[in-house]
Amino acid sequence: MAVVGSESHEISSSDDVVRVRQIVRDAAVALGFSIVDQTKLVTAASELARNTFHYGGGGRFRAEVLNSDSRNGLRLVFEDDGPGIADIQQALSDGFTTGSGLGLGLGGARRLVNDFEIDSRPGEGTRVAATRWR
Amino acid sequence: MDGERIPILKMGEVLLVTIQVDMHDRLAMRLQDDLTERIVKDRARGVLIDISSLEVVDSFIGRMLANTAAMARVLDAETVVVGMRPAVAITLVELGLSLPDIRTALNVEQGMDLLTADADGRPGYGSRRL
Repeated sequence: MAVVGSESHEISSSDDVVRVRQIVRDAAVALGFSIVDQTKLVTAASELARNTFHYGGGGRFRAEVLNSDSRNGLRLVFEDDGPGIADIQQALSDGFTTGSGLGLGLGGARRLVNDFEIDSRPGEGTRVAATRWR
Repeated sequence: MDGERIPILKMGEVLLVTIQVDMHDRLAMRLQDDLTERIVKDRARGVLIDISSLEVVDSFIGRMLANTAAMARVLDAETVVVGMRPAVAITLVELGLSLPDIRTALNVEQGMDLLTADADGRPGYGSRRL
């Protein structure tokens, strides 16, 4: 699997969440994803970018275009140096929230993509990677 | 804070909102606040929210729509969300947000029909729940 292109953006305000949605939309269109798949990718990006901003205290976003066995994919990577997640299984379950949200962010985003990885260490930060293949 | 706002139009007893921009979270919250204020100030009986331009409705916007409908109901006004794109509906349900308390209609005309039927005391036709 090769990364054949990437674009990065800092997440430090709710305007950056909008910007991340636009970057993901443009990348998904360029890769020829269907309208439904574009919508799923952009929605997942929106949930994860908001988490990075609200819970991670801001962070970094990177969109990567992947190529594997002549298939293209779009990987969305979100990293922050925030407080981290103590119990990842709990954080992925629907309805769980430590903030004022609906608790659909992580679990919901996971359902909208094909591959979902989450790494988090309390006190050090969180990295989430979500990939959808064409 | 910037003064950016989504315009709210008054048509008889109905408040009409057409969301045409990709809203950041503060703008969505401001719309919710503005709508609840206007329901009281304009004595509105209905709120029609057209989301046909929205390419994405994530959990935050979904919650804003549900909260607006709940607040409007407490203020004796009915809310109808119209024009949801098929891809948005599919994604919302997969995300886990089925918005059971929001009334929806396919377009502004049908939404307006639902609201005016309510005001007349007639049963609305084609009332839908996502």
